[in-house]
Amino acid sequence: MTSRSGSVDRLVAMANDIANYFHSEPDRKLAIDGVVGHIMRFWEPRMRSKLIAYFTEHGGEGLSELAHAAVAKLASPPQRA
Amino acid sequence: MLSIVELDFGTPKSASKQAVTLSIDGRDVTVPVGTSVLRAASEAGIEIPKLCATELLEAFGSCRLCLVQIEGMKGYPASCTTPVAAGMKVTTHSPKLGDVRRGVMELYLSDYPVDEAHADVAAQSELMKMAAVVGVHEVRYGFGGANHVHAERSDGTLNPLFRAKDESNPYFTFDASKCIVCSRCVRACDEQQGTLALTIQGRGFDSAVVASQNEAFMDSECVSCGACVQACPTMALTEKSLLALGAPERSAVTTCAYCGVGCSFRVEMKGEQVVRMVPNKDGGANHGHSCVKGRFAIGYVTHKDRILKPMIRAKISDPWREVSWEEAIEYTASEFKRIQAKYGRDSIGGITSSRCTNEETYLVQKLVRAGFGNNNVDTCARVCHSPTGYGLKQTLGESAGTQDFDSVMRADVIMVIGANPTDGHPVFASQMKRRLREGAKLIVADPRRIDIVRSPHIQADYHLKLRPGTNVALLNSLAHVIATEGLIDEEFVRTRCEADAFAKWRAFVCAEHNSPEAMENVTGVPARDVRAAARLYATGGNAAIYYGLGVTEHSQGSTAVMGIANLAMATGNIGREGVGVNPLRGQNNVQGSCDMGSFPHEFPGYRHVSDAATRQLFERDWGVSLRDEPGLRIPNMFEAALDGEFKALYIQGEDIAQSDPNTQHVTAALTAMECIVVQDLFLCETAKFAHVFLPGSSFLEKDGTFTNAERRVSRVRKVMQPKNGYADWEITQLLSNAMGYPMNYAHPSQIMDEIARLTPTFQGVSFARIDELGSIQWPCNAEHPDGTPTMHVHEFVRGKGKFMLTEYVPTTEKVNAKFPLILTTGRILSQYNVGAQTRRTQNSRWHSEDRLEIHPQDAEDRGIKDGDWVGIESRAGQTVLRATLSERMQPGVVYTTFHFPFSGANVITTENSDWATNCPEYKVTAVQVMRVNQPSDWQQRYRAFSEQQQELLAEAAAK
Repeated sequence: MTSRSGSVDRLVAMANDIANYFHSEPDRKLAIDGVVGHIMRFWEPRMRSKLIAYFTEHGGEGLSELAHAAVAKLASPPQRA
Repeated sequence: MLSIVELDFGTPKSASKQAVTLSIDGRDVTVPVGTSVLRAASEAGIEIPKLCATELLEAFGSCRLCLVQIEGMKGYPASCTTPVAAGMKVTTHSPKLGDVRRGVMELYLSDYPVDEAHADVAAQSELMKMAAVVGVHEVRYGFGGANHVHAERSDGTLNPLFRAKDESNPYFTFDASKCIVCSRCVRACDEQQGTLALTIQGRGFDSAVVASQNEAFMDSECVSCGACVQACPTMALTEKSLLALGAPERSAVTTCAYCGVGCSFRVEMKGEQVVRMVPNKDGGANHGHSCVKGRFAIGYVTHKDRILKPMIRAKISDPWREVSWEEAIEYTASEFKRIQAKYGRDSIGGITSSRCTNEETYLVQKLVRAGFGNNNVDTCARVCHSPTGYGLKQTLGESAGTQDFDSVMRADVIMVIGANPTDGHPVFASQMKRRLREGAKLIVADPRRIDIVRSPHIQADYHLKLRPGTNVALLNSLAHVIATEGLIDEEFVRTRCEADAFAKWRAFVCAEHNSPEAMENVTGVPARDVRAAARLYATGGNAAIYYGLGVTEHSQGSTAVMGIANLAMATGNIGREGVGVNPLRGQNNVQGSCDMGSFPHEFPGYRHVSDAATRQLFERDWGVSLRDEPGLRIPNMFEAALDGEFKALYIQGEDIAQSDPNTQHVTAALTAMECIVVQDLFLCETAKFAHVFLPGSSFLEKDGTFTNAERRVSRVRKVMQPKNGYADWEITQLLSNAMGYPMNYAHPSQIMDEIARLTPTFQGVSFARIDELGSIQWPCNAEHPDGTPTMHVHEFVRGKGKFMLTEYVPTTEKVNAKFPLILTTGRILSQYNVGAQTRRTQNSRWHSEDRLEIHPQDAEDRGIKDGDWVGIESRAGQTVLRATLSERMQPGVVYTTFHFPFSGANVITTENSDWATNCPEYKVTAVQVMRVNQPSDWQQRYRAFSEQQQELLAEAAAK
């Protein structure tokens, strides 16, 4: 069976993939909001909490720079961007 | 033989808007300019005898039966090849014409065998009907003399004109002794199908229809579409099922259950037995044509593998127990409730079927949302066109293609990217080929040299043979050319698209790194070809893009879809016929299942679950409160299962264990769950991991609707009682009631009425309206009461079109020393997707195993010969296939299909997926290939497991 960390690895990879798309947006705020909005719209709540918990408790290691900024925003209340 | 109920008007309908009036048998008849006299008469209710003429094909003038007298014209012109003219005076029946026609028939009948064994079918053939109409009572020539009927001459020597029956094709027979050389078959293979496998060999009395180089049909280029069989008026070409079962008594119109073309068929029946399927000439998508699957491959409906009784078991190592429907449903409901009580409301979910009807998928997602109380519902579009849903919604505002299929006939430039239409959407491909033969230009972007690149009378103007995974790079370089060479339709963009987004996009594509020259090393496509193709697309007239899973099944699938929409908007190729963005949807109802709210984040009609107004609309109608957060997608369900948080799944008509990537990951997830319920026709791969098996119904056994790639909603009609006892929607209803959420629909039309009530794009849709119109392309509402063939005509669904940035991000799946080749996957004509249906028909005669296609250079480097067993290994797993050397491939790229579970094609594919939708990157996997001499570990384990599961199934039936 995949370990708990295995599924977080998957979430980190997915967040990075999303950030890679929004990387081309020249406006930084729009880029971060783009990643945040995408995760809010399409990720099931447990997936979001897992990623946020990983960020809060383990610093979000492995997240790309833009993904890191987006998850930081997700982690800070209010959660709805 | 043509359909037993259709009236054939003799020659094709003219598209002209001008009318002309002539006189036929003293009556004034008004028809469009370009109509033949034969058709004009038929439309006026006057049937002129004919044999070589059919409205499915252009007039030919060979049989000489349709002769008429026209005032002022010499002799007896053929009415099929004579166009109407104003003031023309036609006589269709007279004593002289009667004599001439009888004489012609006598000649035909003097060289035609009597077929007593199939007299009932013969009586329905056009030849016999015409003989009666024309009034032939005797054949004055007798039956001796030169003929094509008898194997021996009267003196005992062999008859050189005789050709034995060709029974090589599993579905139809060619009996040359019955052929009158009307050439309908040759013309059908040319005009309708575009394969041109048939021809007339010899001249005069020696003339004979032959396949390819005078070969048996099965050995020839014939693709078994059956157009020739349908066209044949004399029973020379006849369905074997028709000969075996006898003349049908009635027919009903339904829609094919295979691909997203959604061909309309007339099911011809004898009681409850299907005699044959005949394409409906009034079918909006197929116009009387079909492929080998829809027409012939329906044996799976009555196959012995079909499971007809519900079964349950506590553990997947237990034998199955046949139980009553009550017990199976009760067990399922109690398990689901137990699991929710123990693990939480979000621990169960459902998968709707893209093969089942709109009404059925609507009920499954309703059961999940209202009955289970969560949004954990998804559908197979996840693994095919979910990027289309995302990408087109972002750019154009609607998750669907913009045209109908007929639009291709107005295209001047056709671009096919990541699609193989001759194999995946054959009937549409035939129409595309017709337009290409008329002179439209063709650009193909595909790593392989697919059939459409070069086929009879067709050659692509540009074949952009790119490396797998570089679609976005190519699309950006095409856009670069259009933007930097002044080829943008500035007027269209200014009036129809958002200014800011366009400005950003223009700056982005003009950047040097997006030029064809800069991208040449990335894509492998020469810059000059990219420039030429871009110019052609932008300036060649009406330009239409057709794309498929070669675009979507990538880590940048959604990005590529947006790139395609960007190109169409930039060149003004949207909003009228002949242009557009055309996703070739795969399954018969994948468009429908998406429309019906099968995605975890959207209600029916593509409205997000967080949209309060929409949610309240459904809450009021459904009588429950609904969750406002997205649920789990299928790949997320697997992760959650492995995390111990997702424990039960209700799967309707979807075989995730065979079709989803990274098989070992999928089966590990399935094994981690406690209650898997599979509703299907056969013991599919997923069912081997299931605890409850609910036998499903086929498309012939229920009423409902399918929606094809054109957004066309068509009727599916019940022609026989479900052999398993219930239609699929009835089973979902039983389960919902057992779970405590009441459903009491008496008929699927009531379900569609509810859908129409709650979904603005379906507001005008009902079974009655579909019957009136034949089919309806949504949106169908007050603004578009008859439906919408072409979308975004005056404005986009989202108002202004939005250009989206599409930076090329290479996939993380890179070739290296260990895995130096790229594997890409696809489909072929005769087998369909996971093969569950087609493997249980005679179609396996054409494709009995999946093969690995490899370029001869790569093969030589590895000492591989054609037919050798080779191991294919990726970081996900390993499997073994037989190799086929092929120059269609490019060096560095290998290819296989996934129609047979033992092939394990998905053991090798990885968890890489589209960033926006998690659509798997089936098209790019880094692999190594080498010769082996035994099946892989996975295959050996699979074989043992499969055999064990088959035994557990056999134990159920034995009790």
